[in-house]
Amino acid sequence: MTIELLIGAIKAIVIVVLVLGLTTMMLWFERKGSALIQDRIGANRADIFGIGKRLGLPNFGFINTVLADPIKMFTKEDFVPDGADRALHALAPFLALFPVIITFAVAPMGDILRIGRYNIDLQPANLNVAALYVLATIGIGVYGIALGGWASNNRWAMLGAIRASAQMISYEIAMGLAIIAVVVTYGTLDLQAMCRIQGGVWFGWLPRWGILLQPVSFVMLLIAGMAESKRVPFDLPEGESELVAGYFTEYSGGKQAVFMMTDFAEVLLVAVLITTFFFGGWQVPWLYRDGFHFPGGAHLLMPNLIVALLEFVAFWVKVVIFSCFQILIRWTLPRLRYDQLMRLGWKGLVPLGLINLVVTAFVVVVAGGK
Amino acid sequence: MPPLVFAFLAALAIIASLGVILQRNPVHCVLSFALALTDIGVLFMGLGAVTVGFLQIVVYVGAIMVLFLFVIWLLNTQADALKPRGNLGIKFAGAIGAAVLAAELFVTFSSYPRMREIRTMPPDFGSIASVARMLFSDYLVAFEVTSLLLLASIVGAIALARTTTGAASPALPVTGGGDAPAGAPGASIASGAPARESA
Repeated sequence: MTIELLIGAIKAIVIVVLVLGLTTMMLWFERKGSALIQDRIGANRADIFGIGKRLGLPNFGFINTVLADPIKMFTKEDFVPDGADRALHALAPFLALFPVIITFAVAPMGDILRIGRYNIDLQPANLNVAALYVLATIGIGVYGIALGGWASNNRWAMLGAIRASAQMISYEIAMGLAIIAVVVTYGTLDLQAMCRIQGGVWFGWLPRWGILLQPVSFVMLLIAGMAESKRVPFDLPEGESELVAGYFTEYSGGKQAVFMMTDFAEVLLVAVLITTFFFGGWQVPWLYRDGFHFPGGAHLLMPNLIVALLEFVAFWVKVVIFSCFQILIRWTLPRLRYDQLMRLGWKGLVPLGLINLVVTAFVVVVAGGK
Repeated sequence: MPPLVFAFLAALAIIASLGVILQRNPVHCVLSFALALTDIGVLFMGLGAVTVGFLQIVVYVGAIMVLFLFVIWLLNTQADALKPRGNLGIKFAGAIGAAVLAAELFVTFSSYPRMREIRTMPPDFGSIASVARMLFSDYLVAFEVTSLLLLASIVGAIALARTTTGAASPALPVTGGGDAPAGAPGASIASGAPARESA
């Protein structure tokens, strides 16, 4: 009993540390990556007592993002504007971050890991309605943004908040339709079971990943997910050139940092969902529970520990790839106009999702014979 | 669910519900309402109805309460304008409501022994499969009638939103077009919308 509790606690700590660490890495990737895309050098100055420079190490701006920025932000004056709702102003950033972080509880990080007589499921919380859980937590995420803008007592922030809630509600529908189509395809709401279904191969060599079954849902989830995370081309809630900084105009220091972390955690979350639904989750091509079985007939048997480790690494590598892909899009596309945003959501993605869902359901009934 | 957890959640639900009616600021009321609904969703989960609990949070907290927020913002109600009114009619209606609720609670609690008999649940209680089976077999007619009602309200909303000329003219493109003078370089590029050209 105690050991089981301990295992649960370790899984929870691992996922939180990983998510927060990767969020910081994404921040770094965004800074250096955007510099690369825009032909700039980017952050390259911060150093600890000049040690790196003296040793002649190349400066990749790690210290800027990982150390200097957080120290700066959390020691800054925490400004609350006059006439603001102080309690809600303080609560809003955490109300935004919390639902995103808890969603990672159902991230399937790997299959079974056997240590001694314990079979450890590498999903922090095994929930058989995990897809519903994801929709619920994403739905709650609106409140932090909306209340942050409202509590600031600032017109720009208020406009940003209204834009954010309208946008997030609209794209949640498209996101829900994409997820429902995936659920219909796999016949389960359990993310871990979805990953298991994606094991094995077609035609002897092609991994049975969901992208081949649900390409339309993949595109929809990617677009809707980017709109949910309020990234460029969907960053109207921030709209720097229109609304100063949108809903977090009146935020500074640590609270603003929390809002920024929310954005990057949402990028990671979308990447986790895409990986789980469409790219096999922790599946490595041709890797089974006892090792590799290559298409040619060659085998490479491995102990469970190495298999579990490979799966764990594969999952996070996929997540990082899709996070980086979203950042790449962010620095490539211009911002949509508001009516274009609404037209894309309601007249583009929602009808597409409905058609996709009907076709999926039809095929599942005909092919599955259920 | 451990009794202590249940007591905590139940107390929180009552406090949040009181917050809905006792607070002056409408946004705080909506927030309390959302908290109460989330709390009841968690109570559902604790009692085994996991699917219903999550659906409660998705639908009520994730969608409906956000729309409440919207409506309050669009109506732009100031907290000062919402002073409690000493209206005798409202007090009378409140007294009747309280009396009905008290009677209902009395009847429910006086039949407590009978409630205790029905606490055995089927093994798949609350699972999405059992909820769906019930929804699409025993309660199919009610389900379809509800969806018909929702469809009617959607059609009604669209009919109200359309102008008399028949062309849909959302407010956003019109105001957006008003910013740039006609014939400005940016305007020709941005006028992809048919609504804009008619305006």
